[in-house]
Amino acid sequence: MIFSRLFKRQAEPDPQVEAGLKKARRGIFQDIVKLFERSEITEDLYEDLESLLIQADLGVETTVELLDNLRDRIRREGIKLPTDAREALRTEMIALLHHATKNRKIKIYQRGVPFVTLVVGVNGTGKTTTIAKLARYHQKQGRSVMVVAGDTFRAAAIEQLKIWGERLGVPVMAHEPNSDPGAVVFDGMQAAHNRNIDILLVDTAGRLHTKHNLMEELKKIRRIMQRHVEAAPQEVLLVIDATTGQNGLSQARHFSEAVEITDIAIAKLDGTAKGGIAFAIARELGTPISYIGTGEKFDDMAEFTPETYVDGLFFGDDEE
Amino acid sequence: MFETLSDRLYGIFENMGHKGRLTEQDVDEAMREVRRALLEADVNFKVVRNFVSAVRERAVGEEVLKAVTPAQQVIAIVNEELIKILGSERVPLESASQPPTVIMLVGLQGSGKTTHIAKLAKHLRDEGQSPMLVAADVYRPAAIDQLHTLGRQIDMPVYSEPEEGDPVKIAWNGIRAAKDRSATVVLVDTAGRLQIDERMMTELVDLTERISPTETLLVADAMTGQEAVSVAETFHERLKLTGLILTKMDGDARGGAALSIRSVVGVPIKFIGTGENVDALEPFYPDRLAGRILGMGDVVSLVERAQQQMTEEDSHKLEEKVLEGRFNLEDFLSQLQQLKQMGPLSQILEMIPGIGQAMRQSNVQITDDQYKHVEAMIYSMTPDERRHPDIIKPSRRKRIAAGSGTSSDQVNQMLNQFRQMQKMMSQMGQMGGGGGKKRGGGLRSLLGGGGNPLGGMSEADLEQMMGGAGMSGGMPEGLPGGLPGSSGGGRSGGGQGSSTQLQPKHANKRKKKKRSKGKKR
Repeated sequence: MIFSRLFKRQAEPDPQVEAGLKKARRGIFQDIVKLFERSEITEDLYEDLESLLIQADLGVETTVELLDNLRDRIRREGIKLPTDAREALRTEMIALLHHATKNRKIKIYQRGVPFVTLVVGVNGTGKTTTIAKLARYHQKQGRSVMVVAGDTFRAAAIEQLKIWGERLGVPVMAHEPNSDPGAVVFDGMQAAHNRNIDILLVDTAGRLHTKHNLMEELKKIRRIMQRHVEAAPQEVLLVIDATTGQNGLSQARHFSEAVEITDIAIAKLDGTAKGGIAFAIARELGTPISYIGTGEKFDDMAEFTPETYVDGLFFGDDEE
Repeated sequence: MFETLSDRLYGIFENMGHKGRLTEQDVDEAMREVRRALLEADVNFKVVRNFVSAVRERAVGEEVLKAVTPAQQVIAIVNEELIKILGSERVPLESASQPPTVIMLVGLQGSGKTTHIAKLAKHLRDEGQSPMLVAADVYRPAAIDQLHTLGRQIDMPVYSEPEEGDPVKIAWNGIRAAKDRSATVVLVDTAGRLQIDERMMTELVDLTERISPTETLLVADAMTGQEAVSVAETFHERLKLTGLILTKMDGDARGGAALSIRSVVGVPIKFIGTGENVDALEPFYPDRLAGRILGMGDVVSLVERAQQQMTEEDSHKLEEKVLEGRFNLEDFLSQLQQLKQMGPLSQILEMIPGIGQAMRQSNVQITDDQYKHVEAMIYSMTPDERRHPDIIKPSRRKRIAAGSGTSSDQVNQMLNQFRQMQKMMSQMGQMGGGGGKKRGGGLRSLLGGGGNPLGGMSEADLEQMMGGAGMSGGMPEGLPGGLPGSSGGGRSGGGQGSSTQLQPKHANKRKKKKRSKGKKR
């Protein structure tokens, strides 16, 4: 696309990210790129930009801050050309997303100690699918993986995970439906130890972050893990649906309070024209965003980096 | 955290004093806040723009009635306009002239289709229908198992063909099987799909042409952001939706998506999903969602839940006791237990205007555990102590603390709160006088400290906010205290017909249901 070519790409493109963000790029972000085809930087341009950013789910406050920063930079650097202003916007967007990566912890995989990932989130965000993708990712790195079917509540959640397990050739630790999730986690920890498993991925039932008792249940699961491995869970992954609006902030906040989220995965990015909640989370909470889900296949997952994410929104090979 | 719109508006108008008319300037300032509140509730940007300009036009120059403040006036207009968009009345499910009625559920992945098939089936059976479920999601692993499991839970037949990969065939055969069994309603579950997935959307179109459903309901997550409109638009373009089910409304999502969808696509919202339990399905009432989108609480739902829990006889007894100042710890305990049956405390409190916000602001977490402490303390008392708490002196207090696993201080604190509550109740009783309908106490005092969480708002204010006359006469007998009583004199603003809606037919049916049953976690 002509206008995206004008926009200087800086990061190495990640085809996975670009494919996943295709829809976002064609929607709101294409309109944003078009804004800067005007001949000068006017108040109208800022206003239109504001409306587009809100439509991309950035939220009112994040949008206002982003625009303030953009104005500052434009004034400071004496920018006159809209194309330079667009570059300034890109810089500011990346800077904003850096809040979501600077707190990311380096993951240390130790031989003989299972690296435990506890996967949490509200109902229907894509936890089970994310687990399948993570399993695949670790397999490719040559690590041995085991999955724990900790969602004992939703009808047939265990079967769903078992089917994924079979397709991937990954063992699945499961108990009966409606049994205590703590018990299956306990057995999973033990089995991981006995079988020298590198990566233990623990699924949990979807739960709304406002339900106190269910959040307590997550704390209990974490305590059980810590009885086996003191550092566990080394990764507490919150899965957020990319189509989520401002409630995503509330989710991140509540889950973090309960179980100290270490990483966020944004799932179903392929379905949305927005993906702006990443910016709102970065700004307001700074919780590390680590993965993005970009499709329905096992391999449709990518690491989140501010540069590729922002560029993915604006560029990409959309020859049609 | 979110501040409610009403609080913000009160803030704006505070310094303006009382004026005869709403000026352009007043309204503009208020509209900025309205806009922000709607956007924070994820209402679509374009919908917000149109909405705000409509409200603005109506509000400028409007005379501020003597009885209300400018803020209230604006809130009332906003509320009325919201209800107008959301649809002034409930649209029930259609049924086919020749059974079975076919209902198809569609939507994105993870919106809650399969769960809601089961909820809907149960709801329809409660209405005397004989439903059958059809598992036409052939893609998601174990989706068919999930429907079977749910079918077993609610004891209803499920049609599936595990080896068949064509949902159109499955649905067609399912409907035939339903006819054979003389089922009156067939509920078809479909796979979640992205509205941009051309192949999957075409499949749905084929399915629709083949089975011509009476109802095609879009299942949408209340937490959806700005994307909601394009999802609904595309599904509607392709399939002609007949309604919407808004799910996950038991969380803290404002549900602005519903307003966007209703406004852009025009299909009525038929149900809302309020939990994971198969019973957690409620008919949709526009006025309640309006209050929620604006962050104004949901008194009506609360009232209805209270009605389900309390018989008239109970409430009369309680009323007498309150009025005569005989309300003791035994009554308090039974009130607590009823409150508990209405659902998690946090959820109940969230519905009361002002309280949800007060709680968020002060970061108070009121948990059901706290109930338990109070309960344990009362259980550790002798009947005499429960009836006459004044006899509880330090040694008794110590015993009660030991028996309930609390401390002497905690017992003391609880007793103090109880006394305050008693005092407040008897005052309310005296004020209410003639009609004997006013009461207060319970819920407020539970919040501790006896402070009035409704922050100086009068009952008339509250009525105003909740859509004027709608509340009049609709308050239940014996709602566990603390809620604004009916005074009947409110300005008749919006709220058209909500007093009749307070008594839905099914409310009585649900009365006997045990809420604690069925969900084991």
